[in-house]
Amino acid sequence: MDAFTQMTGIVAPLDRANVDTDAIIPKQFLKSIKRTGFGPNLFDAWRYLDQGEPGMDNSKRPLNTEFVLNQARYRDASILLARKNFGCGSSREHAPWALLDYGFRAIIAPSFADIFFNNCFKNGVLPIVLSEDEVDRLFADVAAQDGYRLQVDLIGQRIITPSAAEFAFEVDPFRKHCLVNGLDDIGLTLQYVDDIRAYEARRRQEAPWLFSEPA
Amino acid sequence: MAARTLYDKLWDAHVVRTDEDGTALLYIDRHLVHEVTSPQAFEGLRLAGRRPWRIDSILATPDHNVPTVDRSLGIEDPISRIQVETLGRNCSEFGITEFDMSDPRQGIVHVVGPEEGATLPGMTVVCGDSHTSTHGAFGALAFGIGTSEVEHVLATQCLIQKKSKNMLVSVDGSVGNGVTAKDIVLAIIGEIGTAGGTGYAIEFGGQAIRELSMEGRMTVCNMTIEAGARAGMVAVDDKTIDYLHGLPYAPSAGQWQQALASWRDLRSDGEAVFDRVLHIDAASIQPQVSWGTSPEMVVAVGSRVPDPQQEADPVRREGMLAALKYMGLKANMPVSEIRPDKVFIGSCTNSRIEDLRAAAAVAKGRKVAEGIKLAMVVPGSGLVKRQAEREGLDRIFIDAGFDWREPGCSMCLAMNADRLEPGERCASTSNRNFEGRQGQGGRTHLVSPAMAAAAAIAGHFVDVRDFD
Repeated sequence: MDAFTQMTGIVAPLDRANVDTDAIIPKQFLKSIKRTGFGPNLFDAWRYLDQGEPGMDNSKRPLNTEFVLNQARYRDASILLARKNFGCGSSREHAPWALLDYGFRAIIAPSFADIFFNNCFKNGVLPIVLSEDEVDRLFADVAAQDGYRLQVDLIGQRIITPSAAEFAFEVDPFRKHCLVNGLDDIGLTLQYVDDIRAYEARRRQEAPWLFSEPA
Repeated sequence: MAARTLYDKLWDAHVVRTDEDGTALLYIDRHLVHEVTSPQAFEGLRLAGRRPWRIDSILATPDHNVPTVDRSLGIEDPISRIQVETLGRNCSEFGITEFDMSDPRQGIVHVVGPEEGATLPGMTVVCGDSHTSTHGAFGALAFGIGTSEVEHVLATQCLIQKKSKNMLVSVDGSVGNGVTAKDIVLAIIGEIGTAGGTGYAIEFGGQAIRELSMEGRMTVCNMTIEAGARAGMVAVDDKTIDYLHGLPYAPSAGQWQQALASWRDLRSDGEAVFDRVLHIDAASIQPQVSWGTSPEMVVAVGSRVPDPQQEADPVRREGMLAALKYMGLKANMPVSEIRPDKVFIGSCTNSRIEDLRAAAAVAKGRKVAEGIKLAMVVPGSGLVKRQAEREGLDRIFIDAGFDWREPGCSMCLAMNADRLEPGERCASTSNRNFEGRQGQGGRTHLVSPAMAAAAAIAGHFVDVRDFD
């Protein structure tokens, strides 16, 4: 996983609540057995006018020019501004994979669904929770200014606007540590092999049926 | 020891270690695996030169991509086929038990786990699938995880977790005739919203939940994620224990009494404190029909499609307008005037034997209406299918004009060949009415199995209680 310390990028506004992971990456693209290559199908049903299928040449498909990511001013966006409960629904990690593959490294919303929120951190994508009022203000600012950029400072846990206004955000210390250092969770957990084995030995005594297989 | 909730007890029993900031390493007892969210995890394991920590904790079955028609022909879509074959290869490489497509026990992972007794009270159960919350019906801590976490559990038998808050949803009193577990959970989601449970583990309690069968409790817990909570659960009682007795993965005779003694404590203590408590009057719950593109957009069958102009909150109003447009519905129209093109009875929410019995009771001796292009019944597993056939339910469905299919996720999410065409409308016993969920441009109305069968017969939504 790539480390995340700070970044600056163009902000794309996706002005709808309850954006679900089926919308972020539709089911037909979940048949891939890889982690990469989902970017061209991010928000596929909203982004293109035709019906997307795996294996299509996406560069030749008709674009829905009304969709925000197809507007020239947002084409190079790397920060997504969204509404409440972003990422609800399915646990598919293909959702953060698609966002990352497209080029998003940070998502700002008033709230996120739990599993999606967690999946983002595992992939070096930073989900940032701001208040409804702050998100409203950012939507207004993005609309008002072409090429609107935000600076995201994870170390300092703040977002800095072009006019140097700052919004502080919370982040779980452990997740921050992993993201800032690009750490692999599994490697960290395997430091505690002895603890896991001790737990298992105790549990095997207390609840042996949890360790038996069908006859 | 202070009074604890069921969730507190399950959590405490599985903590391997806790950091100062509350980040815990949680031990996982059961890992269910399917073909869609596991290939990248197995690949990660291989690349790092790691092996699964405890293969006897893992049970795998393909469900999302499998065809529901003649299996002898294999899977036509080459990409789906590769994914299912990849699961088979990964399981044989690492020695993992898999119920493959030819196994009579194959089915939807959330149907297979409980019916094998692979889901037991007091367990932590995970799967790379958000509907893993289903298994909480057994007094287990069960939740969906992403693929990175699938790899993490494979490699370490643990997950790094922070404890959620406790919520109790108490459904007080009894539901009326014709009101099912699906109606209860849709009504709860309508009440608290799709983010109402975010950050919580929800325990479902109250008389109406205690009166549900295990199948009904699974339906309720299954859709906990649609209320935003990763885990839903129900306390252990005699029904739980009776359901499990004698199942292949249940404790052997020698361990049964010891297991029972420990399971009896899997309930919230009387003095336990919840962070949030919600009471719902069971008698007020009517058969539900979703009208929009989020499971919270749901109303009683006897009512009308809501009017966005009556909604004060602008973000919600925009969401309602977009939903009506997508669904091709008008505000204030009676729900009973909505006419589905297709009917789908199946999914991890509603494909168990009790669900099929309820739908068959409505379909018996009747015919699917002429306007319905396709009405299909997809049992949750091979064992459910065989049980239904023993009871003659397949004949009832076939005689009424329903398709009787092979088990799998099917048109709940349309990863296989079963799907809606653009603009088609479906009465569905599944769990999500998101845009495109059952096929791009498809329109989903979530209902109970009895309500779906009644819609198939009548050709439009109808109150199943008026249907005899």
